[in-house]
Amino acid sequence: MSPTPTETAPAPPRGLTRDQVAARVARDLIDGYTVNLGVGIPLAVPHFIPEDVEVVLHAENGVLGLGPHPGEGHEDPDLTDAGKKPVSLRPGAAIVDSAMSFAVIRGGHLDVTILGALQVSETGDLANWYVPGRNPAVGGAMDLVAGTPQVWICMEHVDRQGLPKLVRQCTFPLTGARVVTRVYTDLAVFHVEDGGLVLVECAPGVSPETVRRHTAAEYTERLAG
Amino acid sequence: MHDERRAEVIDKFRQDLHGHLDAVPDGATVAVGGFGASGRPDALLNALCDLGKTELHLYVNNVGEDFKGVGRLLREGRLRRLTASFPILPEFYAEYFAGRVEFELVPQGTLAERMRAGGAGIAAFYTPSGARTMLSDGEFALSYRDGHPHARVEPKETRDFDGRPHVLERGIRADVALVKGHRGDRKGNIRFRRSARNFNPLAGMCGRLTFVEVEELVDVDVLDPDDIHLPGVFVDHVVMTAAAVPATAHIVRTVPGDHHDTTIPTAEETR
Repeated sequence: MSPTPTETAPAPPRGLTRDQVAARVARDLIDGYTVNLGVGIPLAVPHFIPEDVEVVLHAENGVLGLGPHPGEGHEDPDLTDAGKKPVSLRPGAAIVDSAMSFAVIRGGHLDVTILGALQVSETGDLANWYVPGRNPAVGGAMDLVAGTPQVWICMEHVDRQGLPKLVRQCTFPLTGARVVTRVYTDLAVFHVEDGGLVLVECAPGVSPETVRRHTAAEYTERLAG
Repeated sequence: MHDERRAEVIDKFRQDLHGHLDAVPDGATVAVGGFGASGRPDALLNALCDLGKTELHLYVNNVGEDFKGVGRLLREGRLRRLTASFPILPEFYAEYFAGRVEFELVPQGTLAERMRAGGAGIAAFYTPSGARTMLSDGEFALSYRDGHPHARVEPKETRDFDGRPHVLERGIRADVALVKGHRGDRKGNIRFRRSARNFNPLAGMCGRLTFVEVEELVDVDVLDPDDIHLPGVFVDHVVMTAAAVPATAHIVRTVPGDHHDTTIPTAEETR
């Protein structure tokens, strides 16, 4: 896929690869966190969690303590993740029904959920479940953003047309209003503080000016060094 | 055991599934367990099809990825309405946009809690999930006609608690619940396995009439009381699943003094 430059969208610069974005997010996970991962870039995050950091992975279908694919021939049809893919269990794993799984989510017992996004607004609104005209499906996205204290978004900085995904107001239907706490993209890292976006980090080789050119949302800067 | 014969008075194991499932009327509301194909009660769903049941309103998380289970009901035109969080099957959406089936899209946790609440006698509850979105503001199309939205899902009552918006969601009481268990005994006590548990105990709670298909029927003293996920008080009928390896069904022992045959036929044989 090569983004097509248009008059309104300058050609996207080269930033981090998808795996590098996943690795960047993984660096911020803290020992002892319980984390739920959405589809897309977030699914790559576990590959980059350091060995001395223990993170418990949660899946909406009721698994706490997900492990990797069990290997060819060891798949158990009764043990899958939320994407219906075969998984294994870590020592100390627990399995619950869907109501308790969402009690974990809605009740604020997860530390972080890492999700993909179509758009994030400058106030932290999230749109990630529905493109009008396509097939609507929501899964656990609205519960995750309603209940989890930290909602981290992993996404490409611009869409396939090269248009910014960090916008003043979401044009796609919302998953939740004012729910996002961090955004990790191929170009930069933003935090949401007091209802506003703050640029805290640019990817290596990416200038703050480049980030600004590809961002429609208003934000402040607080870059280290 | 001080009185084994008395302990066997309650016997929910059924060989004649079709005879009992035929009590389900056309147009019934049906709560179904499973997460995709994991823990989906295919033998019971197939029986609904074989009995020709139609105009059904299903509460289930997914249609699935193929024409098995819920997908078979869809392909045979037996659905009037689907309440789900993530249908998956493209053919479901084709039927929805063509105006042949209604669709109520709900957050996954809301669906689970609605089943639990309905089964627990809670008429409604407030949840933050879906507040200030098109799933609660009356914008989502319940049905299509001539390629355009025809009816909308009713707006949900919204109220602030602790400074955050919440929406009012109704508990589900379904006419029938279809559940897939791993092990069950004649009293209807059910144990699930791994993540195949998912929606199953919740669907089992909210049915006025609850059917459970199990891979293994076990003696009444095999399941430890501490390990039962869905107690028999919620369950009306237990059958063997067609998905079980036939050999699994035949290794099951029966209790002394049991009036049933010692070999339990598989669901395939009873169909």
